[in-house]
Amino acid sequence: MQLANKAAVTGVGDTDYTRDAGGRSALSLQLEAALKAISDAGIRPEDIDGIVMPSPSSPVVAEELVTNLGIPNLRFSTGTPLGGAGPVAALQCAAAAIASGICSHVLLTLGRTGRTGQRIGARIQQMPQFRIVGEFEAPSGALAPAQYYAPMARRHMEMFGTTSRQLAEIAVTTRQHAILNGNARMTTPLSIEDHQASRMIADPLRLFDCSLESDGAAAVVVSAADRARDLRRPRVLLAGMAEGHPDSPSAITQRGDMTRLGLAKAAPRAFAMAGVTPADIDVAEIYDCFTYIVLCQLEDLGFCGKGEGGAFVEGGALGLKGRLPVNTHGGLLSQAHIAGMNHVVELVRQLRGEAGRAQVPGAEVGLVTGYGDLGDGTLAIMTRG
Amino acid sequence: MSQMMPGKPMPDPSPETQPYWDGLAQGRLMLQRCADCGRIRHYPQPMCAACHSMAADWIEASGEATVHSWTVAHHPFHAAFRAELPYVLVTADLPEGVRLLAQLRDAKAEALRPGLKLRIGFEDNGAGLTLPVLRPAIPT
Repeated sequence: MQLANKAAVTGVGDTDYTRDAGGRSALSLQLEAALKAISDAGIRPEDIDGIVMPSPSSPVVAEELVTNLGIPNLRFSTGTPLGGAGPVAALQCAAAAIASGICSHVLLTLGRTGRTGQRIGARIQQMPQFRIVGEFEAPSGALAPAQYYAPMARRHMEMFGTTSRQLAEIAVTTRQHAILNGNARMTTPLSIEDHQASRMIADPLRLFDCSLESDGAAAVVVSAADRARDLRRPRVLLAGMAEGHPDSPSAITQRGDMTRLGLAKAAPRAFAMAGVTPADIDVAEIYDCFTYIVLCQLEDLGFCGKGEGGAFVEGGALGLKGRLPVNTHGGLLSQAHIAGMNHVVELVRQLRGEAGRAQVPGAEVGLVTGYGDLGDGTLAIMTRG
Repeated sequence: MSQMMPGKPMPDPSPETQPYWDGLAQGRLMLQRCADCGRIRHYPQPMCAACHSMAADWIEASGEATVHSWTVAHHPFHAAFRAELPYVLVTADLPEGVRLLAQLRDAKAEALRPGLKLRIGFEDNGAGLTLPVLRPAIPT
C-alpha cells in the first residue's frame, strides 16, 4: 500500500496566540481550534471518525473532544508522543489510518497554557522520554532543552566554523515574517546586533535563539483524498511523510554524531515517497525550538551539506524573497510555541494561497518538519492539488 | 507555601542503576559492561544493544577524558543552581568508548576545545550526592 496522496489536509484552525489566555483551559483552547478546523473543512463535528493527539504534554485526551464536540462514531483514537515531532508524526498516522480504510476524517488538536501554566523545565520532568537524562544529567545541572541542545550547537561551531551571527540570521528573518502575520506574539523588528546583545541563556544559545512560551491552540483535519475533492477549500495533499529517530534517542550526550538528527534518516524516505527533491520545495516550515535546530535540519533535509548550514542561511536566504522561504508565520521563535502545529497550519495556508502578507507567490510544493524529544524528526511534504 | 529554596534534583535509582550511584559515593566512576560480549555502555541499561545479553558487570573508568563539546549555563532553570551560575557543563569522550556529562572545575569555557585532555574527579553536591566533575589534565 502506498501512502502518498491518499490523504489531504482539508481544514485548519487556530486560536489567538497570547501570553495569557485569561484562565481558559487547554481543553477550551483546543475545542475552539478544532471547531474552526472542522468548519474550515466544510464538514460537521459528527463527521469526525478519527482522532490523533500529538501533544507532548497536553492534559487533554481524545475522550474530552468526543464529549464536547459530540462525536458519535469515533473509529480510531491514538497519540504520537514525540514531543515537538508529534504534530507531523500525527499527520502520517492519520494518513495511514485513512489509507487503510479505518476512517475518513481525522482531527488533530494541540493546545496549551504554555506560558501561564507549567513551563518547559517543569513539563519535561513529567515526560517518560526524559527519564534517563533526568536521572543522570539533571543532578549535574542539565535541566532544560536549551542546555541539552546547546552542546550540539557548540560541536557544530567547533567542527564547521558556524557562528552565532549565522544563528542570528534565522532569528531575524523569522521575526520579519512574524511582523507580517497578524497572529504573532513578537512584532518588534529584530536586528543581528539585537540578537548579539541579548543575554546568554545556555552558551552558545542567546535569548533570541530560544523559542517562546505561549498560550493557544491549533488544529487540523486530515481527510481521505477522494473525499477532500468535494470539500470547501482547495485540496492540500499529503504527498510524502516520514519519521526518523536518532542514534541514542534518549541521551544526546551518548550520540555518536550529535550534529545529525533523526530527520536525516527520515528525509530521504519522505522525498522519495513524494517524488520530489529539496530543489522542488517552494516554502518550508521548519520546527524552530532553537535557531540552531533550524540550521541543523536544513542540512539533514538535504538543502545543503552537513556543516554548510551557516553559509546557507546568510544574507536573508530564508526570507520571502530568499532562496528558501522558511517559517513564513514567525515560527516558535516569534509567532508562538504551539509545538509545531502552527507550522502545519501555516504550510496549508501557504499552499492554498491564504497566507496573507507573507504569501510565497505561487507556492505549490511545501514541507513541514517536527523535532522533539532530544532528536526525533518528522517531515511532511504537501502539494496543492 | 514555604519560601524554602527547592532542593537540587536528585536521582531516583533503580536496582539496575544503583551500582553507578554507589560507585560515585565511593569516588569511583563505574561503567556497565556486557558480561557476554564485553561491550561497555553508558548510561546503565538492562540489555546489551550489540548482543542482547542481559548479563552485565561493572568496571571502573580510567579517569581519563577529552572534550567533545560543552555549554555554559547562564539562565537559572532551577533555583537550586542559581548561586552557581555561570557553570560549564562538559560533554567528554572517555577512552572506554562512552561519554560523560559533568561540570567543569579549575578552568573557564574559553580554555576548552575539542580533544583537550581532562581528568575525572568527584564532588559532593551539597546534598549528600557525589557527582563526577572534570578538570583539565594539565592545569590551565
